[in-house]
Amino acid sequence: MKNIKPWMIVIVIVAILFFWGKGFNNSAVDYQADAKTEWADVESAYQRRADLIPNLVATVKGYAEHERETLEGVINARSQATKTTIDASNLTAENMAQFQQAQQGLSGALSRLLVTVERYPDLKADQSFLELQSQLEGTENRINVSRDRFNDAVNIYDKHIKRFPGNMFAGMLGFDEMPRYKSAAGSENAPDVEF
Amino acid sequence: MALFLYICYTQSAIAQFNIPETPKVQTSVYDYINLLSSAEKLNLEQKLIRYSDSTSTQIVVAIIGSTKGENINYLGAQWGEKWEIGQEKEDNGILILLAKDDRRIAINTGIGIEHLLTDALSKRIIERDIIPYFKSNDYPGGLNRGIDAIFEVLSGEYQSSGRSNSGGFPILILIFLIVMFIIIVIAISKRSGGKGGNRGNKSGSPSILDAIILSNIGRSSSGGFGGSSGGGFSGGSFGGGFGGGSFGGGGASGGW
Repeated sequence: MKNIKPWMIVIVIVAILFFWGKGFNNSAVDYQADAKTEWADVESAYQRRADLIPNLVATVKGYAEHERETLEGVINARSQATKTTIDASNLTAENMAQFQQAQQGLSGALSRLLVTVERYPDLKADQSFLELQSQLEGTENRINVSRDRFNDAVNIYDKHIKRFPGNMFAGMLGFDEMPRYKSAAGSENAPDVEF
Repeated sequence: MALFLYICYTQSAIAQFNIPETPKVQTSVYDYINLLSSAEKLNLEQKLIRYSDSTSTQIVVAIIGSTKGENINYLGAQWGEKWEIGQEKEDNGILILLAKDDRRIAINTGIGIEHLLTDALSKRIIERDIIPYFKSNDYPGGLNRGIDAIFEVLSGEYQSSGRSNSGGFPILILIFLIVMFIIIVIAISKRSGGKGGNRGNKSGSPSILDAIILSNIGRSSSGGFGGSSGGGFSGGSFGGGFGGGSFGGGGASGGW
């Protein structure tokens, strides 16, 4: 054991660093991919909601011709919301805030529409309206579930790249923190719509 | 009427209701508040296990007191996901969550069930089939009727999934049959004092129907069917347990 040379120690240290860094890198890539998949689910849940709206508007129109303004509000908010999409590889806090604001606009317009529906008992009893309504409820639930799963996935990824000693590699390998989906300011005061 | 909750606003990120750990004995009815009598529970449990045996669709009923303020469909989706109800590739699990003190029931559909048992159909089943019974405090009646309605909705599913499955099916059936064969041989040899060990012919492969019938025999006589420890006195368990199904938030809920 006397002939251990310094260069041997260096090789061992380099090898350890290499495998350590490799492991870190690969799990960061996995976690990032998971988070991006979850993001795709968030977007498709929102898309699902947007897809329900033309039907909803058409059904409501049949009974509530006078609510033109509210209906137009929904249509405009929908087109705004479907215009704003984020590429999963470009998830920044600003992008996310923009997306969120557009979706929030649609949520607001929808809840206003559902308040006006209260005034139309025939509409409320309409079979296709009831079905649309339950689909809308299910979709809101999907949005909620996928958003929380996205945040969980981001949480795993962010922890992985932020914790010591992984954070030393993260900068070198180009892993940035991913933003979480935060609930917008004032949204906690949004009204619950009850039938 | 229905409650339209903007759940995304009201839902806090921290779950207030702690979903129970995935149980060791994975069966179809979990009555945490003893709402059903043991006979009613057994009846329901076996009905759902039989259905799972023949279609692989796992329907689980969970009965709790209260969701502690959580949206019941949100809770149901997380619950089904955590327990992995349904088969992995098909995501064909259904979780019926009944919160008695909240007076709410939710049908939560696995991702692979959503296109058959849609949100609107789930809602209709709750409103038309289940709630009328619940209003007169007939919980087992409502659950039974609701489950029958779900069976009716899904009855188209059995054939279609059977066809698309045919690729991976024989291996599972083979393993299943071997396990069954061993259990039956053990059961027979024990019963007859070890003298008649080998009665069936090894080469002939029994039909699926036989396998289903035999699996019920195996379940009620021996406790250890399918590697899990289903007790003889409870309703048994799903063969192979929960299969890894995933829930995306589909379904509906209603109150009474």
